[in-house]
Parts: sequence; structure tokens; C-alpha cells
Amino acid sequence: MGGPTVTFEQAVAKYDPVLGLEVHVELNTETKMFCGCPTTFGGAPNSQVCPVCLGLPGSLPVVNADAVASAMRIGLALNCRIAPWSRFARKNYFYPDMPKNYQISQYDEPIAVDGYLDVDVEGETYRIGIERAHMEEDTGKSLHMGGSTGRIHGADYSLVDYNRAGIPLIEIVTKPITGTGDKAPEVARAYVTALRDLLRALQVSDVRMEQGSLRCDANVSLRPSPEAVFGTRTETKNVNSLRSVERAVRYEIERQADVLSAGGVIVQETRHWHEDTGRTTAGRTKEEAEDYRYFPEPDLAPVAASEEWVEQLRATLPEPPAQRRARLQQDWGFTDLEMRDVVNAEAVDLIEQTVAAGASAAGAKKWWLGELARRSNDSGVALADLGIDPDGVARIETLIAQGSMNDKMARQVIDGILAGEGTADEVVASRGLVLVSDDGALTAAVDEAIAANPDVADKVRGGKVAAVGALVGAVMKATRGQADAGRVRELLLEKLGVEG
Amino acid sequence: MTFTSTTAVDLAAGIAAGDFSAREVTTAFLDRIAETDGELNAFLAVDTPGALATADAVDAARAAGEPLGPLAGVPVAVKDVITTEGLATTCGSRILEGWVPPYDATVTANLRRAGAVIIGKTNMDEFAMGSSTENSAFGPARNPWDTNLIPGGSSGGSAVAVAARQAPLSIGTDTGGSIRQPAAMTGVVGVKPTYGGVSRYGLVALASSLDQAGPFATTVADAAALHAVMAGHDPKDSTSIDAPVPPVVAAAANGDVTGMRIGVVKQLTGEGFQREVREHFQKSLDLLAAAGAEIVEVSCPHFEYALAAYYLILPSECSSNLAKFDAIRYGLRVGDDGERSVEQVMAMTREAGFGPEVKRRIMLGTYALSSGYYDAYYGQAQKVRTLIARDFAQAFEVADVLATPTAPTTAFPIGEKVDDPLSMYLQDIATIPANLAGVPGMSLPVGLDDKGLPVGLQFMAPAMADDRLYTTGAALEAAVGWEARP
Amino acid sequence: MPAISRDDVAHLARLARLELTDDELGHYAEQLDVILGAVQRVSEVAADDVEPMSHPVAISNVFRPDRLIPGLTPEQALSGAPAVEDERFRVPRILDEE
Repeated sequence: MGGPTVTFEQAVAKYDPVLGLEVHVELNTETKMFCGCPTTFGGAPNSQVCPVCLGLPGSLPVVNADAVASAMRIGLALNCRIAPWSRFARKNYFYPDMPKNYQISQYDEPIAVDGYLDVDVEGETYRIGIERAHMEEDTGKSLHMGGSTGRIHGADYSLVDYNRAGIPLIEIVTKPITGTGDKAPEVARAYVTALRDLLRALQVSDVRMEQGSLRCDANVSLRPSPEAVFGTRTETKNVNSLRSVERAVRYEIERQADVLSAGGVIVQETRHWHEDTGRTTAGRTKEEAEDYRYFPEPDLAPVAASEEWVEQLRATLPEPPAQRRARLQQDWGFTDLEMRDVVNAEAVDLIEQTVAAGASAAGAKKWWLGELARRSNDSGVALADLGIDPDGVARIETLIAQGSMNDKMARQVIDGILAGEGTADEVVASRGLVLVSDDGALTAAVDEAIAANPDVADKVRGGKVAAVGALVGAVMKATRGQADAGRVRELLLEKLGVEG
Repeated sequence: MTFTSTTAVDLAAGIAAGDFSAREVTTAFLDRIAETDGELNAFLAVDTPGALATADAVDAARAAGEPLGPLAGVPVAVKDVITTEGLATTCGSRILEGWVPPYDATVTANLRRAGAVIIGKTNMDEFAMGSSTENSAFGPARNPWDTNLIPGGSSGGSAVAVAARQAPLSIGTDTGGSIRQPAAMTGVVGVKPTYGGVSRYGLVALASSLDQAGPFATTVADAAALHAVMAGHDPKDSTSIDAPVPPVVAAAANGDVTGMRIGVVKQLTGEGFQREVREHFQKSLDLLAAAGAEIVEVSCPHFEYALAAYYLILPSECSSNLAKFDAIRYGLRVGDDGERSVEQVMAMTREAGFGPEVKRRIMLGTYALSSGYYDAYYGQAQKVRTLIARDFAQAFEVADVLATPTAPTTAFPIGEKVDDPLSMYLQDIATIPANLAGVPGMSLPVGLDDKGLPVGLQFMAPAMADDRLYTTGAALEAAVGWEARP
Repeated sequence: MPAISRDDVAHLARLARLELTDDELGHYAEQLDVILGAVQRVSEVAADDVEPMSHPVAISNVFRPDRLIPGLTPEQALSGAPAVEDERFRVPRILDEE
């Protein structure tokens, strides 16, 4: 089937998109939401289970105190009101990865409501309303066997592992996001990014989308104008990266505009995003809408968040990422554009740590966003994972500032560090990367260069000072780049009797 | 000494004193089961090797001078809705036939710690739904007073085991009367503790907000001894009460009702009940008055809605609780031919594995919770529940305990009510209010009807005042002087 | 309140994953209708300003510390399973799109 024929520009010109983003966060508590089983990733199948998370007859859940604290901190960080009285509820439906065939979640009494998160897209701030954040438990995992793709379609049977069942999840639901117009895909991505950063700063989760500890479902609908009522929305799942968020939203806007323009109607359905083809496909149409028959969980006590408790937790919140970035930008003296580059390169923390290790902000930025960013892009490895740390970069900057090294040598030091040869100092020592600025050592090379290039020397003597560059180059070559270029130039000009 | 005629308290004392061995005692009860259970069908499983091993261990500990638990060497039968590690737990259902739990319920662990001998698992209405034990997938249990009659339910097997002296003590569960009503039908003492007083961890859930496990015994003092072992806060059960166990053993020993105000509930005096039930109820009140108690009248106007609220709340909770039986992790699997989908296999398994009463209640509950109906049914029933709790609170301002007949009739023939669910539900009319409010209740035998069948009287007390049941129970027991045997 | 029909029962049976026979559909429809008639009484009670109760005991904030508790071994976990493969629960094919 072909893709939409409407372009994105046409789509947003004709329709006003409305978004809703649901994000699930896997908490990094040591144990599961309702039992004392470990939450570590990658254990042998069904080795991290107990009667409770396996749903054995007779088992009962008991709430993890730290999970509740994390939920409340997330709510506070999102400017939510923490409910003084909050209850768990059962969401009833049958599925093989659900040990009890109901999920303990929250329904009409969630722990946190009515907040917001501000996100920046190209200099404009969008305030994303947060409807609610609530606690629930994760399901087990199924492997689909016998078919050709490992996906459900065409599988003959499945194998279920309940290690993941019961891991604490926080679901964060936005209010309808309006007024984004043609920026909708970017806003969606920016929201998920900002949320991820905030959760990371709170240290409540690993927030790795590729590992599933941060999951996003994107709801998209179109309406003829901002004054019209909301259109029918679709929910897109399997959005596994920030890039996918942006692409999936963009695709759905195009697809829905295509359908509507042709006079069709949008079906309210769950769709599946395919990163490889860049499209969403419809899920299996169900005969009846699911009726979850929510009722308050009789096996658990309500959570009564006292004011003291809330304030205690509020005091543990870290500086909001946006505020921190503004402060750092000011401390570092970067322009907005420079700061945005740093943020986009995900180098804020790295630069902060490099500065803390003794480098100047400008120096730190030069390396992280320059040479190291280039290597990161070339190899596809994230900056933080390259193999050089802020201490190393700071040391290199210090050596340069001291005059012990120049940029070219610094790049060799980086090579050495990344090759595992040791610390900056160790590499300098083992490779003999010391800048030669001792006049005595340089004089010989300077004299040689002048002698070997008489025409150039004459030009310089004749007034073409710029020509000395070639002589500098010759000296640098002769010293394998380990000469202090500035000093070399000075010496050459001195020898040639010219003012530099 | 005939061990099968001896109280649990005396058996424990005798074993501890070395007058006789735990093995002798256990063997006597195992023999009794072998003689009688072919007909009575009270037991779904008898654990002969396990029981004898425990008995031997008690004897060895005793010989070595080690301290013994309060029920050391005393056989206890356990309703098959409670998990016992290594011993099959079926809940009276085909869907769990042969399931061996890998873990003990907390009450089971408590029994073991007390040195009790877990002699076997008893028959019950399937998933505790019923008032006659006829809903068991493994045949009904029979009333030892007349084996053509039902013993009551859902804890029929546990009641029979004690009534027929197959075990001195047994454990049942009570969601709407399932301990108290069979106790009345079989002439034994049965107690439903305060909700939250006994851990529900390991009790296969029927209605999570109503279920409680409790003791059956032939005397009030024996029931107290078992109650004390079973009860207590459990961190594995979030609904269990974090407070000391009420002093039930001391209360049973005391039995002094002088000055106690006994409230007769206007809505449950026995109007419409079987004649002998009303008569024995009245006689019992006279005996209590003669013993120094003051009889007062109380009114609990919302009790007339209790049955309706109960038959909305219970099915709703159980429809969710029973969803886990889906042919995947344990239990029956039907129809898996390699072609069918998991949905089909689930539906075929549940169809084959659940009996009619279970299916009725699952569907009723699914209905009551469904969108559009929640407010009118489940939501409204939970409000009625609050009103019933308020009725109790008001009654307990003028009375220390309440008294009612336990059940409207004595035991009825097997098969009589099986096709008339509503008529069966009415059996619980006097017992249901206590479950809705979470207050404790006790039934004890107070007389025989014209056919020689036992009649029970029910006491109810405020939450966490379970000891009052034992005070009044002991007093009435002494006054009645119950000696009849089946 | 509407009487409960065969179709209603069929819908409930689907929601509850019960594969009822035709006979059962009719049979249960009748019985459920009678029972519903009886339980409808709850709507007679004036309870607009009454809080629903879902716990007889007034409890709140019951938690456990975030510490490991030993669980089951894989053998124990799989011990009751109707079908096992590769230390996992083997289930018939799932039709739904996840």
C-alpha cells in the first residue's frame, strides 16, 4: 500500500493537529512494585519471581515504599498537585503476559494531577499540560515462536517469562497538546526529551528508550481549525526512540490528513509504528471495545500523602534541568546558540564536569563539540561512551594552556587515550608528546628551515610577513608537530630581522 | 482415653506432659478418617506420611526436652482453599485439580510453628461459593447427623471433620457465613475473626474485602486456642491489622457475662425462620439473662439490604480474582491441540474447569462492574455497606455483643436447593452483615430440632473485640451443656 | 432496570473468557435475571451522600521497604505449568497485535 499523498506542509496548512503523549517510566527501585523480587535486567527466565508477581492463587501485593516516593517526586518535578488521598485500582483484561489477568494500576484517584512541563523548540516555549501521573505494574514478556519474524503475526505459540512482571511503572499522561501547528512533531520529541532529562536528574529511572525503561505512546488527531472540537484520535505504539516520536507524529499527521482530505473518517484505533518503513499500521480490529471494569483494589490500602511527607520529598528535588541549563549558560558565558549546540550534542554534563576538573568553559566546549563530537559522529558512539572522560579533557586543556602542548599534539593524546594507552599524562610520556618551545632546541630547526627555503626567506625579509607561514610549517614538520608554533614564528621573524 | 473424644486443649496438654504420644493421637484420628470418610467425604486429601512425620517430630522434641508449640501434636484439618506447600490445594475445583502450591499460607505456617499436625485438606464448595458443599467438583460432604443432608458450606468439609471427630480442630474460611453456617448445621463451634485479624496470604481469594479464615472446634476453649495460633499481623497481607490479637483464650476461660449487654437485632430475630430455630434462640437468651447478662433490643434497618449488597460485591471481586485461572501458569488446560489460539484454550478451560455456581457469579460480577453499570450496582452496594457498618456502630453503642440465630433452617437434604440459587443465598441472611462490616462472629450449638438436627446461635462483636465472642460463647456453652453427638 | 438477555450473557461470557454452550446461555440468562432482580434492591437505598466502603478496616499507607526478599526458583515457578519450554511458560498462539 502506498504512503500518504499529502505532504506534511499541506497537512498542517489544512488541519490543526492535537497531540497527547503517554509515557511509561520503569523505576529503578531495587525490588518490584508489589513484592520483593529483584528488578535487574537480563536474568534467566522466570528466576526473578515469587507467588505475588507470578499471580499464584492466594498471593497478595504489598506496596514498595520507594516506588511511591519516586512517583511523588516525579509528580512534584512536573509541577503536579500530589493527591492527599490516592488509591490503587484493578484494570481487568486477559492477556498471557498478565499473571493475574488484571493489572494493579490507578484509575480515578491517581497520585499526582494537573501539572506542566515547559519545552523549548527553536526558541519558542511550549507549556505541556500534565493531566496525571500514576503508579502501576509492568507485565511479563513473551517470545513469539514458530513464525518467520519473531513477531506475533504467524507465530505458532509463545513463551512467557515473568521476570519483568511487577516492575514499577509510572505512567505520565499529558493534557491535549494544542497550538503546535507545524511544529507538532518537534514539540512531541522535545517533550519526551525534556521528560527524559528530568527523570534522569531525579535519578528515578535509567530512562533508556532502547531498553524499554522509557516508553512512549503518541496520540494524534486533526481538526479543521483551532476553534473546532477535537477530531478522532489514533494511538501509536512501538515508538522506541526520540527520533521515532518525531517521525511517527509527522507520519500520522500526514496519514490522517490524507484520509480526511479524501473524504474519509479516522478510525479510533491503536496503531503500530515501524521504524524501518517509516509508517504506522493498524492493529487487529477488535469486536468490542475493551471494558476494563475498574474498581478500587481491595488488597491494598490507600496512599494518604501528608503535607509533611510531600514537603520532605520536595526538598529532595534537584534543580530543574531548564533552570540548571540557564544558570550554566550564564556561568559559562555562552550565547543562546552556543548553549543550544551544547544541549543538542548532549554535552551539558560533560562540559560541567570538565570545567569542574579545571578547564575553561570555552576550552571544554571546543573539545567536546569539536574533535570529540566529530569522532562520535564518525564512529556512531555517544560522546559519553567514547572512552575519554572530563578529567582527561580538562588535563589536555591545562597542558595546552601551560604551553606544553598544541592542538595537533592534543589530538594525538586523544588518540592514545581512546586506544587505551592510559591517561593523558601517560600518553604524553609514552609517545613523547612534549611541546618543544625551548629556544635552544628550536634554533637549529629554524636555521635549517631558513637555509632550505631561501626564496621564502627573502620574501619575508622583503616585507611579506605572511609568507613566514611556510617556514613555520617546515619547522613544524621537522619537529613532528611538537614545536610551539607561536614561538617558532617569533624566532623565524627574529632571525630574518622582521617585526612580526 | 479415646483420643477422638478428647478436646484439643487436653490433647495438647497430655502430649506435652508425656501422658501419651503425638503419634498415638494422630494415628487415632487417621483411623477414624479411614473408617468414616468413605461415606462423609469431608476430606479431599489425607496426608498420612506428612502427619505422622510431624507427630514423630513433636514426640522427638518432647523427649529431648525442647519447648513445644501451643498445639504441638494436635491434628488440624485445613480447608482446601488454603495453600499448603507440597500438598495439593484444589479449592474444590477441577480447574486446580492436582495443583501443588510451592508455598505455605501464613496460617499454614502458623500451624506448623505451633507444632500442629496438618492431617489433611477438607472438602468445600468450589472456590468457597456456596452454602452446602454441593458445589464441590469432588462430590458433596455429608452431614454426620444424617448423611442424606448437607453439612452447610462453603466450609462443609472442615465442619464435618470436627463434628465427626475426624480431627479435633479444623480451619475454614468465611466470606458470608461459610464457617458459621456449617458450624450451625453440624453442631460445632465456628468463628469468623475480625476482618484483618487473620492473614489472608495464601487464602485463595473469593471476595478480597470479605474473606477471613477461622477455627472450627467442639468447644469454645478449643476454638480460642486455634484462633490465637491463626491470628496476628502479617506484613505480607496489606489488609491485616497491626495490633495485638484480642485475648481470646483468656476470655474463653473466663465466660462471665454478668452485666454484659446482649443486643437482639430486630431485623434478625428469626421471623420467617424455622420454628425450632426461633425457639432455641429464645431459650438461649433466657439462659444468658439467667447468667447475668442484660438483653436489649437494637435495630439495624439496613440489614435487609445486606444480601443484595453482598451478592453484588462478592461476584464483582471474585470475577476479578478468578481471572487468573487461565490455563497458563498452573491448573487445568483443555483444548490445546496446537491449532487453537490462547483465547480459545482459555475459554474452553474455564468452561470445563468451573462449575455452574462459579460461572454464575463470575458473570454477575462482570456485569456489575461493567461500564455503565458500575455506579448502580457495585458502587451502590459499597455505599449500602457503609450504612450497614454504621448500623453496627450504633448497635454497639448500646450492646456489647449482638445475638441472632445463625441460619434460618437446620440441615436440609442434599439436592434440595441446588437448582434454586436464590433460595440457597438466603441461608446466609443472618451471617452476611458481619462480613460486610468486617466484625467478628461466632456460631455455637444451642439445641436440636424435632428431627434431632443441631441449631446454632450467632454472636457478633465490634471489630477487634473478638474476645467478647469467647466470653459470651463460653457462658452460653456452659449454660446449654451441649452433649449431643451425631 | 433491563432484563438480562441471552445476548447480554454471551457478551459477559466473552468478557470473562467462558465458552458457554447454547443451553447454558439460556439457562444462565434466566437465573441471572432472577438474581439481578433481587440485588437491584440496593438502588432503593438513599445513599447519595454516603461514601462507598471498600475496606472494612480503616487503613492507609501500608508499605514495605525496597529490599530484596527471596522468591521462587524457576523450578518452583514452573512446577504447576501445563506446558514448559526453555524455562518459560509455553502458551498457544496469541492472535492479538501487541
